[in-house]
Amino acid sequence: MSEFVYLYRGGSREGSPEQMQQVMHKWMAWFKQLSEKGYIKNPGHPLERTGKLVKGSQKTVTDGPFAESKDVIGGYSLIEARDLEQAVELSKGCPIFEREGMVEVRPVMQMNM
Amino acid sequence: MTLPTDHLFRREAGRMVATLTRIFGVHNLALAEDVVQDAFCRALEVWKFRGPPENPSAWLMATAKNRALDVLRRERTARTFAPELGRLLESEWTLAPAVEEVFASKAIQDDQLRMMFSCCHPRLSEEAQVALVLHILCGFSVDEIASAFVSSHAAIEKRITRAKKVLATSKKLFDVAAAAEFSARLPAVHRALYLLFNEGYHGASPESAIRSELCWEAIRLTAVLLEHPQGATSATRALAALMCLNASRLPARVDASGNLSSLLDQDRSRWDQELVAEGVKLLELSATGSELTVYHVEAAIAAAHARAFRAEHTDWQMIVSLYDTLMMIGPSPIVALNRAIAIAQQEGPERGLEEIRAIANSDRLRTYPFYHAALGEFELRTRKHAIARDHFRTALALARNSMERQFYEQRIAACECNAARHVP
Repeated sequence: MSEFVYLYRGGSREGSPEQMQQVMHKWMAWFKQLSEKGYIKNPGHPLERTGKLVKGSQKTVTDGPFAESKDVIGGYSLIEARDLEQAVELSKGCPIFEREGMVEVRPVMQMNM
Repeated sequence: MTLPTDHLFRREAGRMVATLTRIFGVHNLALAEDVVQDAFCRALEVWKFRGPPENPSAWLMATAKNRALDVLRRERTARTFAPELGRLLESEWTLAPAVEEVFASKAIQDDQLRMMFSCCHPRLSEEAQVALVLHILCGFSVDEIASAFVSSHAAIEKRITRAKKVLATSKKLFDVAAAAEFSARLPAVHRALYLLFNEGYHGASPESAIRSELCWEAIRLTAVLLEHPQGATSATRALAALMCLNASRLPARVDASGNLSSLLDQDRSRWDQELVAEGVKLLELSATGSELTVYHVEAAIAAAHARAFRAEHTDWQMIVSLYDTLMMIGPSPIVALNRAIAIAQQEGPERGLEEIRAIANSDRLRTYPFYHAALGEFELRTRKHAIARDHFRTALALARNSMERQFYEQRIAACECNAARHVP
């Protein structure tokens, strides 16, 4: 088994209360399904949309966002899967795709030689 | 991991907007709506990773409160907030306690009432009042309201935008502590809740799920009104009774095969007896005092139906006399039509037809499918199958959704089948 990080990018923040609740139910159902099958190493955390960017030799500090708002990372999870192919396959159930978002699937680098 | 109860977000949306508007002022309604949306986004982000908290309502309210404090600190020099709280929001010493007090649970209950009365502003049409109550207090989006009212997004959006402007210019939310104004606006509030319930009960939307939700929202808001000492009048109790008694029949309105079932054909064992009992109790409580409203009479009619365990046990004589009363205190062609139907049940279809023909302003009923359906039903019972069929065809042309259409198609088929059988 290998580890992967899902970076959740973008995704609409609009919607009626009823729609928001339905989206939440879908996320919870998806997480539940993945964790029951042992694919979730750590559910991870959501990230605030705000923050600071420190940059360059001058260490210039600027306010976020750091990317196009449609690409902002909204959270991450740590996944355990057989290989990249399976990790990608598992990500396809993520409800973020119904809300114009995307999932970046990145293998965690093995640190043993 | 337990999922929050159904429609939690929608219900909390109304409570949060009502409370935030109390702090921000009614002119900052849009800001209150933004803060609520932000609270939902945070809930979505956090709960999807961690599962919902033990008390989701309290979590949402606390999040809204913290967002509100952020906004007040950030914008207190740039914006004016609620005049009632005015100076308290200016200093850091008083800001947090003032906000804390507004978010106390008893205050939140009053905020909903305040918003309810504000939405029933005399400058707004009844339709606009109902749309505004649904949007602000019940958390329905424009699209959800449009779908419930079988209207276009653009039409509902225009109605709500205009209504919000009127609300914003009223400067202050309605003061529920002002006794005289409270009593003066109470009938408008009753009327809006009554229309909200009826939209669910008789409305055009083919989706019975949406429609029963409107009924439950009307019942919930009427319950809020009942908890206020000045709101708990005899008329409010009668209105609540009427809603409970009619809502008790919701589970039986559609039969096992998904077809509409008329009152007389419903499987009465599916009526919700808990709601019937609640309605009967409220109706008894409403009988104190001398006030007699249309809600009292309509609730009494609904109770008479509820008492009959079989359709043939219905006390039609009592129902006819209640309709007579209704014709005196709140006459309308639709009341007259319902009265004619009750008379037909008691005295036969010919008498029903006579009464229908005698309705004043019956031209107002021409576009009402149930008018033609009633004529069809009486003609069918007097075995004038061809005439009956024509009436049902007119009703079919006026039907508002597929369920109604299916119902009239079955009635037309019944006429044709009977006609064939009776050809000598």
